[in-house]
Amino acid sequence: MHRLTLAQIARGLAAKEFSAVELSDALLARIIQLDPQLNSFITITAEQARAQAAAADARRAAGESGALLGAPIAHKDLFCTKGVLTTCASKILANFQAPYDATVVEKLAAAGAVSLGKLNMDEFAMGSANESSHFGAVKNPWDTGRVPGGSSGGSAAAVAARLIPAATGTDTGGSIRQPVALTNLTGIKPTYGRVSRWGMIAYASSLDQGGPLARTAEDCALLLSAMAGFDPKDSTCVDAPVDDYLAMLNQPLAGLRIGLPKEYFGEGLDARIAEKVLAVVEELKKLGATVKDISLPNMQHAIPAYYVIAPAEASSNLSRFDGVRFGYRCENPVNLEDLYKRSRGEGFGAEVKRRIMVGTYALSAGYYDAYYLKAQKIRRLIKNDFVQAFSEVDVILGPTTPNPAWKLGEKSADPVSAYLEDIYTITANLAGIPGLSMPAGFVDGLPVGVQLLAPYFQEARLLNVAHQYQQVSDWHTRTPAGF
Amino acid sequence: MQWETVIGLEIHAQLSTRSKIFSGSATTFGAEPNTQASLVDLGMPGTLPVLNEEAVRMAVKFGLAIDAELGRTNVFARKNYFYPDLPKGYQTSQMDHPVVGKGHLDITLEDGSVKRIGITRAHLEEDAGKSLHEDFHGMSGIDLNRAGTPLLEIVSEPDIRSAKEAVAYVKAIHALVRYLGICDGNMAEGSLRCDCNVSVRPKGQVEFGTRAEIKNVNSFRFIEKAINHEVQRQIELIEDGGKVVQETRLYDPNKDETRSMRSKEEANDYRYFPCPDLLPVVLEDSFVEQVRGELPELPNEKRARFESQYGLSAYDASVLSASREMAEYFEQVQAACGDAKLAANWVMGELSSLLNAGGLSIEQSPVSAAQLGGLILRIKDNTISGKIAKMVFEALAEGSGDSADTIIEAKGLKQVTDSGAIEAMLKEVLDANAAQVEQYRASDEAKRGKMFGFFVGQAMKASKGKANPGQVNELLKKLLEG
Repeated sequence: MHRLTLAQIARGLAAKEFSAVELSDALLARIIQLDPQLNSFITITAEQARAQAAAADARRAAGESGALLGAPIAHKDLFCTKGVLTTCASKILANFQAPYDATVVEKLAAAGAVSLGKLNMDEFAMGSANESSHFGAVKNPWDTGRVPGGSSGGSAAAVAARLIPAATGTDTGGSIRQPVALTNLTGIKPTYGRVSRWGMIAYASSLDQGGPLARTAEDCALLLSAMAGFDPKDSTCVDAPVDDYLAMLNQPLAGLRIGLPKEYFGEGLDARIAEKVLAVVEELKKLGATVKDISLPNMQHAIPAYYVIAPAEASSNLSRFDGVRFGYRCENPVNLEDLYKRSRGEGFGAEVKRRIMVGTYALSAGYYDAYYLKAQKIRRLIKNDFVQAFSEVDVILGPTTPNPAWKLGEKSADPVSAYLEDIYTITANLAGIPGLSMPAGFVDGLPVGVQLLAPYFQEARLLNVAHQYQQVSDWHTRTPAGF
Repeated sequence: MQWETVIGLEIHAQLSTRSKIFSGSATTFGAEPNTQASLVDLGMPGTLPVLNEEAVRMAVKFGLAIDAELGRTNVFARKNYFYPDLPKGYQTSQMDHPVVGKGHLDITLEDGSVKRIGITRAHLEEDAGKSLHEDFHGMSGIDLNRAGTPLLEIVSEPDIRSAKEAVAYVKAIHALVRYLGICDGNMAEGSLRCDCNVSVRPKGQVEFGTRAEIKNVNSFRFIEKAINHEVQRQIELIEDGGKVVQETRLYDPNKDETRSMRSKEEANDYRYFPCPDLLPVVLEDSFVEQVRGELPELPNEKRARFESQYGLSAYDASVLSASREMAEYFEQVQAACGDAKLAANWVMGELSSLLNAGGLSIEQSPVSAAQLGGLILRIKDNTISGKIAKMVFEALAEGSGDSADTIIEAKGLKQVTDSGAIEAMLKEVLDANAAQVEQYRASDEAKRGKMFGFFVGQAMKASKGKANPGQVNELLKKLLEG
């Protein structure tokens, strides 16, 4: 049962081949048995899951149907879940129970999805390796000596290991697309404003976007259909109709114009990955797509701009974790300043502290113009590059990451080398456009991904292209040994 | 040396929206601690702000009333600092792009002259909560009911030159926001608070002196006292060879002094940046025009109209237009009796004394405008004299709700205007004072003048004040002339 995709589960539940309770019980048993090797879960909510599954079975017995009714999933541990720990993988929130559900959690629950637990991640979503978690690093099921990517590393590892068919994640600079590339999954970061951020604990508010991770584009379409939509509780959420992603999966690709930006195939890219990516392009050509070389000239500035804007917003977003109202508080503070300093000093991990300091510096009097304002200008230039490119092509295609998964601890001493792993994914966040990563093959037995980018609100196009590719390829069906 | 005072004021007006600026919580004053604090107000992880359109509407109303440039695209920014009653670790405010830009307000000074005070800007922001340091056994309590309450911070130019001008300006702002219905103006509850930036410079000098900011002064009287004290402190300091340092000071009304709170060096670097959770607010023309259509007549407009329409003096017009309620009351009295001058005299005279004595506002007046108008009507048509009218007013003030006519009728206060009846009564009076009548008739013109008053007094006494004084005079003269 654990090898079924969400779409197959939907058919199985509809045909009464198994119940939602049977399915969630089977997966819970598997999580308990196998997750110690991966550390992908922070909290397993077996009891709530059984209750949700039983409720789903009852709804189905009462005549209700729905693609996600009884579908087991799990949430990245920054989506607030009422009555269940929401830790952000941080010591500072290790004891935090949110008094409310995030909109994404609420929507998926309403659709009948069964949440099996909360997934490990980089602390406050800051990282590309899932090594900054207070609850320990997550391991890549394809090689447990390697990282699964981050920050949605727990989501990726759990889905790749067939512990769950799909999961929620968030993507601020590549945190869905990069880990799915490193674990042979499909994941989509929607257009900024497509999925509500209410209840999603903020890292960098103008870049954060929730999205699904799954094994197929079809499953991503299923999950995103339930996650997307306007939410009056999030002022940056866009009030525009949600496309029927499932219905648009099967459109033919004839005439699809694909742009290959030369900046995505330059220095720093593992040549073997370039080869895999170009092989995907050849397959898409066979399906009727045409290819055009394009340029995104400002891409080189993306990482510096991102590492000003994201930490700047984070430094402010994380100010509320002060030991006063919730979360970790230091022992016996002698005065207010001591309470602040020690609660935050002891509660936050090293990478989070680094980014808070960088962001605080970038916003300081006298530096604001040189850093924050300049970064915002770069952001506009990057956006303009995409607008220009999309006047000529329908999708932009390139590698998701420059390298396959690296060894645990390999880049811990050199944060900048880890930051550079996000070089291909960060621009979509800065511009706010949607991006998808899907399996493109293996290098030395490690999965690598291909990334597709599309204009604003063209998630359906990305899912369509990925689904069509997955009809003529089988990379996405490969399973890591031992799982 | 002659010194000149330079003052600029920052007024925080709490907007009277029903809910908070970024959440749906109520804003009622005095609720149990933390009962009006939602997830958003508590700064719960994952929560997001949603702007209350009503707060923007009120700010725009203010902007239009001070003839200001409006921030057609205005932006919320985060002001970052740590404080236990600031739940998010930042205050959402406006920095580079406020909702209201440059405007002005005219104030009337004591000598009747008008001075124009520039208003630099007014911006929307959220209030913080309150830290409570008593009753917690060495710990502090936090009440977040006030957190997220909408404020309009109104920043003046340094155009104010004395404590009295400052008070006149704050009073004018107070009247304006109450006219506009955007703030209840309750200073005791903190609905209107004032920060005073004060500096002094030698008369004639162009550059400003170093200023000190006196935080959170919350009454007209304290504003005047705090500024006067601070001006004196600065002058003495400079004359003693010292230097004013830029700092924040607190006014202590019990000791009538200001004392240092923090210096410029200790000031926070607030690291303002545009709030990424909120979109820029775009004021569409249609919205602005709609708000313009909702503007009431403003205090200055009303004052000018009272002068031209009712022929009131500048002083009377300004007193009667000081608050919307006062002006409405006056106009209702005027409409009921058709005599603006008498209406003004009664509202500013008897009615004001009555209210002052009872510490009442005009809305709490025991005498309604219709009752007062009815009373004045009876003075005008000679039913009662002015003196009797005061008696009737006292009866009205007891609050039975009876009309003036009912009281006049019930107490038999109607003025006697029947000349036959008056003549008969006068004859009795003259008969009773035959000796004086003889004396009168024997006297010359000058002496007669003095004695005439005696007969009038006797006549009014005999009629218990009800005889029409004009008729009494006329008939008495006739009878005495014999």
